[in-house]
Amino acid sequence: MATSVQSVGLAALGGMLWSGYTDSVKASPLVLRPPGALKEEDFLAACIKCGLCAEACVNRDTNVDKETGKQRAGTLQMAKGGDPLLIGTPFFIPTEVPCYMCEDIPCVPVCPSGALDMPSLLNEKEELDINKASMGLAVVHKESCIAFWGIQCDACYRACPLLDVAITLEYQKNDRTGKHAYLLPVVQDDACTGCGLCEQACVTEEPAIFVLPNDVAKGKAGDHYVKGWDTKDQERVKDAKGQETTTDLSKKDAGDYLNMEVEY
Amino acid sequence: MKNIKYLLLRRTTQIGLMFLYFAANAYGWNILSGTFGTSYIFGVIPLADPYTTVQVLATGFVLGADVLLGAAIITLFYFVIGGRAFCAWVCPINMVTDLANWLRRRFNLDKEEVNYRFLRRSARYWIMAVGIIVSALIGVAAFEAVSPITIMQRGIVFGFGMGASVVLAIFLFDLFGVKNGWCGYVCPLGAAYSIIGSQSLVRVKHDHEACTNCMDCKVVCPENHVLHMVNKESVSVTDGECTNCGRCVDVCNDNALEFGIRLFTKERKTESKDEALVK
Repeated sequence: MATSVQSVGLAALGGMLWSGYTDSVKASPLVLRPPGALKEEDFLAACIKCGLCAEACVNRDTNVDKETGKQRAGTLQMAKGGDPLLIGTPFFIPTEVPCYMCEDIPCVPVCPSGALDMPSLLNEKEELDINKASMGLAVVHKESCIAFWGIQCDACYRACPLLDVAITLEYQKNDRTGKHAYLLPVVQDDACTGCGLCEQACVTEEPAIFVLPNDVAKGKAGDHYVKGWDTKDQERVKDAKGQETTTDLSKKDAGDYLNMEVEY
Repeated sequence: MKNIKYLLLRRTTQIGLMFLYFAANAYGWNILSGTFGTSYIFGVIPLADPYTTVQVLATGFVLGADVLLGAAIITLFYFVIGGRAFCAWVCPINMVTDLANWLRRRFNLDKEEVNYRFLRRSARYWIMAVGIIVSALIGVAAFEAVSPITIMQRGIVFGFGMGASVVLAIFLFDLFGVKNGWCGYVCPLGAAYSIIGSQSLVRVKHDHEACTNCMDCKVVCPENHVLHMVNKESVSVTDGECTNCGRCVDVCNDNALEFGIRLFTKERKTESKDEALVK
């Protein structure tokens, strides 16, 4: 009896330490996953860490250096000990090797577990369409982007596989010189797949355009904002009914509130 | 040469399989791709680690059919034929722990062994169960987040990084800590295979008549409690914790141990006949 109590107790102790560790390695929001990956939390549960996606990526026919005829490094890496994310899961770092957005997406159909969700990448014709991928979103830091200084640079715009769609150039007058134009890169959220070719192409010392995971890069206005000028968005509230709320009137004078001291 | 026959066979199998896994990534070979989590033979037949599969299912994620089929194939193979052979014939960590174990014998470290009160051989079954519970609670396959087995395998296929320190830790634990500590006490995957393989057909058989009681088999056996019948009775080693490594067969100079097929019906009869002979 005493020994079984001891065993259960030790198992509980071990289980708690193990849970704590596992929970902490889950927290890796700054990581870019392969195309079609489920939402990060589901992906961490689903990925069986087999590496078939990374093997398909590095061994694809197109991954041959045209000059040397040798195989290049693959985009997808498998997290090793020391990488700041759950060990054994696939990810990529655009400045090392970006995702080249292969039309046949070799990394996704090989996934046996369903962590890379093929249906999410099918277009209306039920064909694989890499343009439907959403691995992340490119973000421009305009203070370090030399195009915002007035220097002509369109490296990211040219590198983008969805040329003039995912990154567009916005023309603005350069008031400083009075006779030149700014050609400003603007990322289009609905088209950008997060492949990272722009980040790799960026000419500044540290890239001024970089891909962040969607959760990190995007804000959210909330459901209660409805675009009155957008007929599609208006659909959301077409059945909305008015709701009467009664709130007790505050007994305080408005002046009390305005004159209330706020402690910082 | 006789006394390293199965050792050589095992090392050939282990290194050969690891090379095929390595070549799938490095050269695009299609013979054996993936890793233990899920692999494919010739890109067609799926294989999957049953314990990993159970952990992922415990998180609540419904796995793809190939993984489930692969796990069923592996489970069936070791259940019917192999027993706990994965541990001795496939797992790359086995080479690390065997090296530690060999060094222990070389430098007489076994004699200094302390009685580890908190670590029993049954600990691995607890760890196996806790691993499934933690997977369900946290939503991540818990053992896969720490497993030195897949860390080492992925290290071989994709590069080690800091993962090498985990493998080194296992080596030091087995060398200076507990004899056969990882494989014999801690590893939940080995525990899972012990359960899966407990009824398998391939078994080491002991011939009590030929045995001279030298105990070489017990010295070399990583799970030597399974050899309880040595020089006592002529029966098969039926304990699921036997890894079918065949080291006992190799070191036996009396031909008292040999691989055989488990006979469910006749075993008892031979036993009683032997007992009669002894009497």
